[in-house]
Amino acid sequence: MLMVQASLDGILLGILFALIAYGMALQWGVMNIINIAQGDLVILGGYIAYTMYLAGIHPAWGVIVSPIIMYFIGVLLYKLVINKVVDRDLFISILATFGIAIVFQQLMNFIFGADVVVAQSEYGTTMLFDNSVTLPNSKIFSAFISVLYAVALVIYMKKSRLGRAIRATAQNARAAKILGVDTEKVYAATFGINAALCGIAGALISITLTLHPYVGLPYTVRSFMIVIVAGLGNLPAVALSGMGLGLFEEFADYILGTEFRIGAVFMLLVFILVYRRFKLSKKREYLK
Amino acid sequence: MNKIAKLFVTFISAITLALVSFSSSFAKVEGEYIVLGSAISLTGKYSSNGVHTQNGYNMAVERINKMGGVEVQGKKYKFEIIYYDDESNPKRAAQLAERLIKQDGVHYMLGPYSSGLTKAIAPVTEKYKIPMVEANGASRSLFTKGYKYLFAVLSPANQYLEVAIDLAVEKNGGKGVKIAQAFEQDAFSQDVRLGILDAAKRTGSEIIIDDKLPKELNDMAATLAKVKATKPDVLVVSGHTKGALTAIRQISEMKVDVPMLAMTHCDAAKLSKQHGKKSEFALCASQWHKNLSYKDKFFGSGKKYAKDFQKEFGYDPPYQSAESSAALLVFKDAFERANSFDRDAVRDALVDTEMQTFYGNIKFGPGGQNVAKPMILFQVRCKGDDCENRVVAPTKWASDKFYHPIPKWSDRS
Repeated sequence: MLMVQASLDGILLGILFALIAYGMALQWGVMNIINIAQGDLVILGGYIAYTMYLAGIHPAWGVIVSPIIMYFIGVLLYKLVINKVVDRDLFISILATFGIAIVFQQLMNFIFGADVVVAQSEYGTTMLFDNSVTLPNSKIFSAFISVLYAVALVIYMKKSRLGRAIRATAQNARAAKILGVDTEKVYAATFGINAALCGIAGALISITLTLHPYVGLPYTVRSFMIVIVAGLGNLPAVALSGMGLGLFEEFADYILGTEFRIGAVFMLLVFILVYRRFKLSKKREYLK
Repeated sequence: MNKIAKLFVTFISAITLALVSFSSSFAKVEGEYIVLGSAISLTGKYSSNGVHTQNGYNMAVERINKMGGVEVQGKKYKFEIIYYDDESNPKRAAQLAERLIKQDGVHYMLGPYSSGLTKAIAPVTEKYKIPMVEANGASRSLFTKGYKYLFAVLSPANQYLEVAIDLAVEKNGGKGVKIAQAFEQDAFSQDVRLGILDAAKRTGSEIIIDDKLPKELNDMAATLAKVKATKPDVLVVSGHTKGALTAIRQISEMKVDVPMLAMTHCDAAKLSKQHGKKSEFALCASQWHKNLSYKDKFFGSGKKYAKDFQKEFGYDPPYQSAESSAALLVFKDAFERANSFDRDAVRDALVDTEMQTFYGNIKFGPGGQNVAKPMILFQVRCKGDDCENRVVAPTKWASDKFYHPIPKWSDRS
């Protein structure tokens, strides 16, 4: 039963991580920017939902309101900072987004205070197997919403004009430009969509976990890892690797103990990087 | 020419040195003011508790000054505090302590917020032999280093939840209990853990789960699933406000039934407000509660302190504010007994402190910790949707009976 509980907890959490990671993969792929502020955008989205909760609106509405606000924040951020680093060295974009992360943390601290806060969804709990496995409905809700948005986004990317423009830009920005795609607009929209995805994830985190101005970084690190494992622009792989990471974390927690949870995740990252290198070096040998 | 230049440099350095020593020997007391210094977290992750601390200091300064100030050698002095924002950063705190001492010439310090920052500042104050009365660093390791100028008005961290284990054993008819515990991996929480280990040994209790929570803690489902499977008598959780909020959220969601749940940081986390009925029956360690019957002539009772504080700052004082106010009372008492501004005389007077404040009795042990004040435990109790913290232990101050065991989730509405 413990294993069933761990697996379900892990998968539900993993789906949420995958949503954040997908946003990161998208803008990494299109703009070649590693966004260190990803986690802080998530937390900001969470605070939007929390503010609604304080105003007496059910925080679940945050999954609609928060992405809309966050989209515009994302576009604004692009116009102010990101457009100046898009074509530059990867290192510069890391520095710039690191700066944004610090500014966002301090702003959130200033506006919302340094207290840890939670929003209550009052969704109750689903009990399975005679109460030995429990699933918080808020987590099921958050996984469901994540999947819903992810599917919607995939369809949008395939069918819509902007979606196609984004994919074209990701493949070859210069060629896309020559063929009449306004890449500036595409970049702004991509960054906006990424921020919106963070907004959704944040709203979900406000009802499933806790919010604090300085807890963004772990989300950045996790999504970074998921993207490294899954590769860019491959949604099914991102979803799988997200769930895999969630599962791995829960099992590491059970088997090795809670103190090794994060450590195990980093060990996994090292292992994957080494393994990839190993495989690549094999390939090179073959080419000789 | 070279010689003249050398002379000139010497002359300038001599003047600078003279100025520095002049300013520092007099800046401790300027006119009718005794100047205290404090690096405090006004921004960064500790900023809310930093502000509570600052409010506590300010409230006491104002009150003491209004009621006649500090009398030394027949002359009345007032308190004044120089604050710097340490940005919740230990390195910055240590730098600011140096600055307060060397540039501003402060000779008496008040502590920052949190054990971590106090640990960063203590070596500096020790080096310059500056007496520091601190109110927000409870980590046991602060009191085992042999610091001679550090005084803490609060009980050390290892005492936080020992009482809870005693209570559980008492409810179990004096027999040992099964304990499940989860502690964050930081100095404070690990000290709380050591206290539990001691209590377990003393009472013959068994620790069946001993999890260490990561700093980035936001999910303790795995620990709770283990708790569910092993059915301990007591679950102890300590991981600052995040730990308290996460624990209650997930215990209620996962319907974890334990007869007793003991935690720290419930009031800082505003547990009863944020989680309402879900937090009912949680047992929390606290340094102070307004209903305690201690008294002093400056603030009257705890209740009166709470009322005045509420009037001044618009919120109910958390214990962080109360203990910070108490630190000023300790300084005043020490200055008057020393009847001098000599640092070592003041330090010696601090060592001999034995007094009652609205916050509790204060007497310093050999390590500088307060040994005269027990920790208290309160339990979250609700009437309808209205939840508040009621003192349940020690029995002398208990306003309510300790509710045990916690009813099962299936029986709770």
